[in-house]
Amino acid sequence: MRLFDRSYFQKTTEAAPLAVFRILFGLMMLVSIIRFWSYGWIDKLYIQPNFSFSYYGFEFVKPLGEYTYLLFVVCALSAVGVMLGFRYRISIITFFISFTYIELMDKTTYLNHYYFISLVAFVMIFLPADSYLSFDAAKDETKRFQRVPQWTIDSIKLLLAIVYFYAGLAKLNSDWLVEAMPLKIWLPSKYDIPLLGDFLQEKWVHYAFSWGGALYDLTIPFLLINKKTRVYAFGAVVFFHVITRILFPIGMFPYIMIVSGLIFFDSSLHHKILNTISRLFRIQKPTFDNGLNMAINSGRRFSLYLLTGFFAIQLLLPFRHYLYPGELFWTEEGFRFSWRVMLMEKAGYANFKIVNKKTGDRFYVDNTDFLTPFQEKQMATQPDFILEYAHYLKKHFSSQGHENIGVYVESYVALNGRRSRPYINPEVDLTSFKESFKHKSWILPFNDEIKGL
Amino acid sequence: MKKVLTLLFVISIVASCSSSDNGPDTTDNFDRSAMLVNWADNIIVPSYQAYKGELDELKTKSDGFIASPSVATLNELRTAWQEAYKKWQHVSMFEIGRAEALTLRNFTNIFPADASEIDQNIAQGNYNLTLPSTNDEQGFPALDYLLNGIASDDASIVNALNTTNHKNYLNDVVTRLRDLGTEVLNDWTTTYRDTFVNNNGSSASSAVNKLVNDFMFYYEKSLRAGKIGIPAGVFSNNTFNEKVEAFYKGDFSKALFLEALNAAQNFFNGKHYSSSTTGQSLKSYLDFLNTIKEGTDLSQLINNQFNGSRTSATNLENSFSQQVTTNNTLMLQTYDQLQMNVVLMKVDMFQALSIQVDFVDADGD
Repeated sequence: MRLFDRSYFQKTTEAAPLAVFRILFGLMMLVSIIRFWSYGWIDKLYIQPNFSFSYYGFEFVKPLGEYTYLLFVVCALSAVGVMLGFRYRISIITFFISFTYIELMDKTTYLNHYYFISLVAFVMIFLPADSYLSFDAAKDETKRFQRVPQWTIDSIKLLLAIVYFYAGLAKLNSDWLVEAMPLKIWLPSKYDIPLLGDFLQEKWVHYAFSWGGALYDLTIPFLLINKKTRVYAFGAVVFFHVITRILFPIGMFPYIMIVSGLIFFDSSLHHKILNTISRLFRIQKPTFDNGLNMAINSGRRFSLYLLTGFFAIQLLLPFRHYLYPGELFWTEEGFRFSWRVMLMEKAGYANFKIVNKKTGDRFYVDNTDFLTPFQEKQMATQPDFILEYAHYLKKHFSSQGHENIGVYVESYVALNGRRSRPYINPEVDLTSFKESFKHKSWILPFNDEIKGL
Repeated sequence: MKKVLTLLFVISIVASCSSSDNGPDTTDNFDRSAMLVNWADNIIVPSYQAYKGELDELKTKSDGFIASPSVATLNELRTAWQEAYKKWQHVSMFEIGRAEALTLRNFTNIFPADASEIDQNIAQGNYNLTLPSTNDEQGFPALDYLLNGIASDDASIVNALNTTNHKNYLNDVVTRLRDLGTEVLNDWTTTYRDTFVNNNGSSASSAVNKLVNDFMFYYEKSLRAGKIGIPAGVFSNNTFNEKVEAFYKGDFSKALFLEALNAAQNFFNGKHYSSSTTGQSLKSYLDFLNTIKEGTDLSQLINNQFNGSRTSATNLENSFSQQVTTNNTLMLQTYDQLQMNVVLMKVDMFQALSIQVDFVDADGD
């Protein structure tokens, strides 16, 4: 503990912001799951596909057939538990596991904001978010605290700050700043948005959005922390996320970020929110205002150490791409889990060839026989997908009686408005390679440069 | 709380006002509605009208043959069949609206036809052509079998068809073909044209997005794979000389392919069905976007590739069935030419137009 300023970790603060965060986070998750279900996406994304793309090391995580619905029910119920603060610890652990399991089932659906939610849920396992205005604390007086350690609330703020700031850093590249790519492709296609539509055709708008977006991401954490700028910063948060909601199909993420931004405010705002909630649901809020400080016991201390390690990893992980040669946007080695949001317009085409290596007989695969359009799109631009699919094809055609199988791919990828160019070496038998964290030598060079972090 | 709400309110007011006040001229923007209108009024509907015209002619000639079977009436019927089959190549790619609901292509041109099932249907006189399982027992390929393949020479074909059951089946297939085409055309001319043109948004279900996806699907599955790739054995270890279009007619598969290739290129260029005039199209859309992106001239590359495919196909025999047996390499070369345009259109064009594959959350990473 000497490494830290001891007095900071002794500091306590009102628990109200954490309670508000818990309630709204649980609510948002519940709405997200209902929305996901109502669009039929459980069936479409997890049940219909014959094949799912696994994360390296998590190949055992697969969709559960019809039971996948049950998994979503469990996830939704645990979100309700979190919201109410009912059996909070069990609820948040269940939510973390079920939600993360869902995300691990098929990496086709990978989104930074799903990863963000998994991380928030993980952090919340170790926070006393149930000590105020919760079922648990209402029932059990020993769990009831008006004040909690300052660092528990700050760890949520830190996670949010990392997300924004790293997303901002990732935008400091030549495609984004100099070419205004990919917004130059995306914005004009939104011509039918009322009022904004015509604007989005203008070149200066593409640049304004690119530079404005980078500036926003890099500065907003600091503007939210600073008391003087906070209200305006929150206005910017709302404005920014509403705009992204209008322009892009990013679902619930804008709302989740707006709601999360409230945590930066003083507890007076949160008490007002909780007063309103208490009035609506006839909760005796004053019973929670017991003036008690939560003591730092050994369990709390363990949480603190664990979260310190967690944040150290979070700060380093986005830089892991420096360990790989080649252009990050092209190879995507170290691209995920790094807050690289909306940076690329990547389209690809991958034509797989099954070869009998003894006789030389060959034929091409119709990807639609095996993959959904969404899976095919994601597969065609990401080498780890291509490799996994090649192995799957080998297994499939072996079971059909084909022998001496080699799997080759002719593939083309276009990145951020550049002409499409060959992506994977068509001369190599992909099944002779195994997935690993090592560099994939069979990705063809990008032959262009994107300068930046 | 109040402060925050006030701020939100002010921001939303400012945002909405500033965008309406300073709206720039729309004249320099690409007009997608004009493109939809051009597609509907100058390409799709006229193509269906021409197709329907030939279907009516086909029905007339079929009636004529049934009334008095002879080699002469058979040849008239065959000519009508060929003309209608060619016109079909101009509408096949527009599997949208009623055509999509009916799965028009599946009931019109699934080849090879299942000759033994057709024989059985005729013998038993008991069949239901509305079932998807009968896709390969009707349409142009079934007529191909009846008119060209049911017996060895013209006189014996006339003879073979001269039974009540055969005549009934012939009439049923022709009538269904005509009715399906007519139904789709009527839908376009009564209600669907406006639905199509007014669906001018940018979502995955917008008309531009859907038709471009349909076009691409047709190009890959029917034009590239169906007409060339599958018979040439691209997707298998061996060639299939019987899986060509118009197999029984023999010398007609190349003509149909070229017709389809032209139709696809004309659609890309927005060329009116019955004149050399061109209107707003994927080509002009790409050219417009090119002025924003300052990229390579994609529309030119795509047109070059269409032309390359056509040049490559000129070396092919009129009968692809012959071609795959004598010199399949030429077929594979044509396939490769067609394939290169899949990349240009599906990767480069789709990216440039920002065509969405599917409706699902995605943040572009």
